[in-house]
Order: sequence, then C-alpha cells, then structure tokens
Amino acid sequence: MSETETAPSAKRVTTEAEDKAFKRELVALIPHLRAFARTLAGDPASADDLAQDAMLKAWDARASYQMGTNMKAWTFMILRNQFYSERRRSWRQTQLDQEAAERTLVATDDPSSPLALDEMRLGLAMLPPEQREALILVGAGGFAYEEAAEICRCAVGTVKSRVSRARRALQGILDDGSYDRDGRSAGEAMTSIMADAERLSSPR
Amino acid sequence: MIEPTSTDKRKRGAKPSLDEARLRQQAIGVKLRQMFDDVVSEPVPDEFLDILRRADDKSTAGKD
Repeated sequence: MSETETAPSAKRVTTEAEDKAFKRELVALIPHLRAFARTLAGDPASADDLAQDAMLKAWDARASYQMGTNMKAWTFMILRNQFYSERRRSWRQTQLDQEAAERTLVATDDPSSPLALDEMRLGLAMLPPEQREALILVGAGGFAYEEAAEICRCAVGTVKSRVSRARRALQGILDDGSYDRDGRSAGEAMTSIMADAERLSSPR
Repeated sequence: MIEPTSTDKRKRGAKPSLDEARLRQQAIGVKLRQMFDDVVSEPVPDEFLDILRRADDKSTAGKD
C-alpha cells in the first residue's frame, strides 16, 4: 500500500551544503507547521506529533525538494498528507478525533484570552474539515488561492468557493448560531459544546 | 400627508448591514490570524530540534 514510501526511484544525493540550507529553512518553518497541525489535529499533543512526523518526512524527502521554490507550501502539503493518511488508516478514530478536537479547543483555551477568540475556535470546529482547512490556509496561513489549491490537491475554484462558504458559515455561527450542518443547528452544537466546557471547567 | 416610513427604513437598514457584514468579515479575518499566530509565536519544544538533529546525524553518517 505504501510502496511510494519505501521505493524512492532515482534518489538524488544531497550535498552537505544543501542539507544545511534545507535544515535552516525547515527549522524556520517549524512554528508554522505546529500552527497548521494544531488546526487539523485539535489537541496540542497529537498536533505536535503530527508536526514532528511531517518535519521528518520533509527531511527525508529533501532530495526531491527544489531549493528556491515555496518550501512552506511543500511542507504543509506533506503535513496534510500525513494527517489524512493516518486518518484513513484508523478511520474509526475519526469520530473520536472530532469530538476530542471540539473538547480540546475549549479545554486548552487560555482563560485570559478574549471571549471572541473562544467563539472563533468553536465556530471553526463546527465547519466541515475541507472548509476549515481552506479558510485557515488562505485566511491565516497567508497562502494564495493557487498555493492552497496545490496543498489541498484541488482546483483553485474549489478553494475559492470553500473559503467563501467557510467565511459565510463562520459569520453565521458567530452572529446567532444560525449555521446549519447535517440538519443540526449550530446553535444546538454550540450549546452542547458550551455545556461540555462548563462541565470540564466547573470546580467539583 | 403619507410618510413612506417602513420601506424607507428597510432601505436604510439594508445598506449599513452590508458594510457591517464586511466589517465583521474583517474581524473574523483578524481573529483567525491571531489564533494561528498565537501558536506560531509559541516557543518550539526542544523535541523538534532534537529529532531533526538525530535525523541529520544519521544521514551524515550514512554518507561516509
């Protein structure tokens, strides 16, 4: 199944200077990989595992990277592939991940951060994953639509429409919980998440 | 004298809400970036650099 991982055809050998330059650029990207991983994996610990795996994968694949091209987009693509291939391997975990993500988004919140940011996290957690991802890449990661399309392996138009749907949906959620997904109103979802949050944070 | 109050109000109401929507979208964008940047500005755990250093050592050793 993972033949591509074990059979690198015509592997180019990198020079020590190339390795050094690559490493320097990769190290500079670690904070961004962590941030992107956090938005996918939800809880900080598994997000860091994911970011570390992606970092190592990028290092191992350095011979196939062309210096001077967009390394950030390249590493984000690796991280994203890593995330989804792990999910496919254990699809039963997907449900758990989603629940854990929603809980952790609440549980790990810095209590001193403004409420608006908490709502933002909750709102993001309610978006369909592909919309959330597109919005984060373009709206927070600073990628152009074209780059985001490359990272997600989809058409530019698809990214554009996902981003605009995500924006509208988020606004709906933040405004009045009018956003609806799978027939379940965001208001309801928000209420249940908030109830969880209260349960988790209430002193016993 | 008949005053066209209700439709007038609605018309006036429609325009600011468009601007408001734009403002709210901007606010969402700002918060989104803030959320992301919060993590970006966290110090990187040593683990990351350790792992990379080990991988680098291994590949350097493999070369000779």
